Amino acid sequence: MASEMLNSYMTGPDEKGRFGDFGGRFVSETLMPLILDLEAEYERAKTDETFWAEMDDLWKHYVGRPSPLYFAERLTEHFGGAKVYLKRDELNHTGAHKINNVLGQILLARRMGKTRIIAETGAGQHGVATATVCARFGLKCIVFMGAHDVERQAPNVFRMKLLGAEVVPVTAGRGTLKDAMNEALRDWVTNVHDTFYCIGTAAGPHPYPAMVRDFQSIIGKEVREQIMEREGRLPDSLVACIGGGSNALGLFHPFLDDKEVRIIGVEAGGKGVNDKMEHCASLTGGRPGVLHGNRTYLLQDEDGQILEGHSISAGLDYPGIGPEHSWLHDTGRAEYVSVTDTEALDAFQLCCQTEGIIPALEPSHALAHVVKLAPTLSSDHLLVMNMCGRGDKDIFTVAAALGVEISS
Amino acid sequence: MTRIDDRFAQLKAEGRKAFVTFTMAGDPTYETSLEVMKGLPAAGADIIELGIPFTDPMADGPTIQLAGQRALDGGMTLDKTLEMVREFRKDDTATPIVFMGYYNPIYHMGVEAFLTAAVEAGVDGLIVVDLPPEEDDELCVPANGAGLNFIRLATPTTDAKRLPKVLENTSGFVYYVAITGITGAASANADDVAPDVARIQAASGLPVCVGFGIKTADNAKSIAGVADGAVVGSAIVDRIGRGDSAAEVLAFVKELADGAHSA
Repeated sequence: MASEMLNSYMTGPDEKGRFGDFGGRFVSETLMPLILDLEAEYERAKTDETFWAEMDDLWKHYVGRPSPLYFAERLTEHFGGAKVYLKRDELNHTGAHKINNVLGQILLARRMGKTRIIAETGAGQHGVATATVCARFGLKCIVFMGAHDVERQAPNVFRMKLLGAEVVPVTAGRGTLKDAMNEALRDWVTNVHDTFYCIGTAAGPHPYPAMVRDFQSIIGKEVREQIMEREGRLPDSLVACIGGGSNALGLFHPFLDDKEVRIIGVEAGGKGVNDKMEHCASLTGGRPGVLHGNRTYLLQDEDGQILEGHSISAGLDYPGIGPEHSWLHDTGRAEYVSVTDTEALDAFQLCCQTEGIIPALEPSHALAHVVKLAPTLSSDHLLVMNMCGRGDKDIFTVAAALGVEISS
Repeated sequence: MTRIDDRFAQLKAEGRKAFVTFTMAGDPTYETSLEVMKGLPAAGADIIELGIPFTDPMADGPTIQLAGQRALDGGMTLDKTLEMVREFRKDDTATPIVFMGYYNPIYHMGVEAFLTAAVEAGVDGLIVVDLPPEEDDELCVPANGAGLNFIRLATPTTDAKRLPKVLENTSGFVYYVAITGITGAASANADDVAPDVARIQAASGLPVCVGFGIKTADNAKSIAGVADGAVVGSAIVDRIGRGDSAAEVLAFVKELADGAHSA
């Protein structure tokens, strides 16, 4: 599909849940009626003013939205190129963008009369956000988390437990986000009557990719208003990190039809994007396939078996990517690049020391690309990067990577 | 008429219920799984479901997931699964073979190439867990066109309104999932499934086999009693997983088959 043929990039998905060839509803029959129910309820909620009024109220008073759009003066000086703004979604309640989406899904679950909420989590940010909102509304919460992630994200595991959630370590496979998602789907198929599956990223069967994107789009909508106020014009480029890709889509989506705005997604390059597959760059190092309810780019071998991948960041350690990103990639509307673990670690430290912001390892990937890109751009170029999470949860991982011993 | 249609016609004429087995191709090795497969008809299996190993079997419980991992660790692939069928067909041209698995390995091989190879190898039907009727254009319609039966899962969540859509492109038989859940989990109860089976038989005009949660010969008998057949997977795969020999596994299959056939 040639990009100039499209009048709008904002109308997807179609009625089959497809973005071009990507997306869809590749789930077992047991789940199909549930997904159709969810779609119908979401369609009703979308045009219900009382639904959005409740969201706006919670976003403002519980989450702390709008998050600031911060001019990163010292990073800008350091790069000597583009004017760098950070969208401060790490200042949200619970420390990441994840809660934007969780609130929407939990309000939907309440409308549907569901009393038991399940979620998968990688870095633990989505699990913490889900446990938080469940506590706020008095709902039972079960979080599936890969055993390997339980180990490397211990602070978030404890947070979830403090919030009253049950954390189930998943030992199947390599014990990361993909395996946690399999286990959540297994739970859902077993507990269909009272359970709502709160997916943490813009992936999975339709309507999740569109629904999660819509809830996260508050990020990009705010950026639009904030940059107009600060600069009187739209940004020249947007940069965000991508695991499943919900923070990125949240930033990108409101700008998709502003074709002068350059859009760049940054994948986790792990130890390098090569044949050894020690990375999580689905678009730059994968091929289209079907997993977890949707067709999208996946890391897989020559037999169509899913590969585990690797990233220093638990939140990006997923072999797939939201289907809308696959479509934006193939149409050419967005560009996708990757950075390595080492580059992300360097950017992490740079951000701490120049801006007094400890970023999560996930947006440290986005920043690592800004490190390369910003110096090549002129001083009137406006670059907005999504600082989608804070790094408190990552200090043990970073300490280990830097060879520092700290006791937890 | 496919081998599956022939088999059900024959069972009907004999007044018998179908006993359907599931085993994973390549579990624990190519050789052992082929030896088990070759012995299944004599042990009483009327239809053989052969699992295509996949890394992420979202609808399966730990038993079948581990079987898939054992097979993949041993180097099993979709190509070798097709090869197993060719080997089996050298001695047996009557027993229907149904491939059961997930879409990605097939998608990755290419639907057309896969269907050509499957027909040529002697596969008769497909059960692809993550392809609901909403995605029929992907594989179901082309498979029917190639002369393969596309066997759909109907579940306790498939209500009367949805059933016609589920049955629309289904042929061979309907696989009724006795429980909401994963394979090898809760026990299936004949009284619970009987009304649903009758409803699906009436709506489809096809034989209905029931699976998920059938673990013993008594289970198989009671379930087969209210359906056209019973499917056992995890209970057999458990025996393979704990290291039973092919002969031991087949003795257990015979026990189950005798149960189902006594219904």
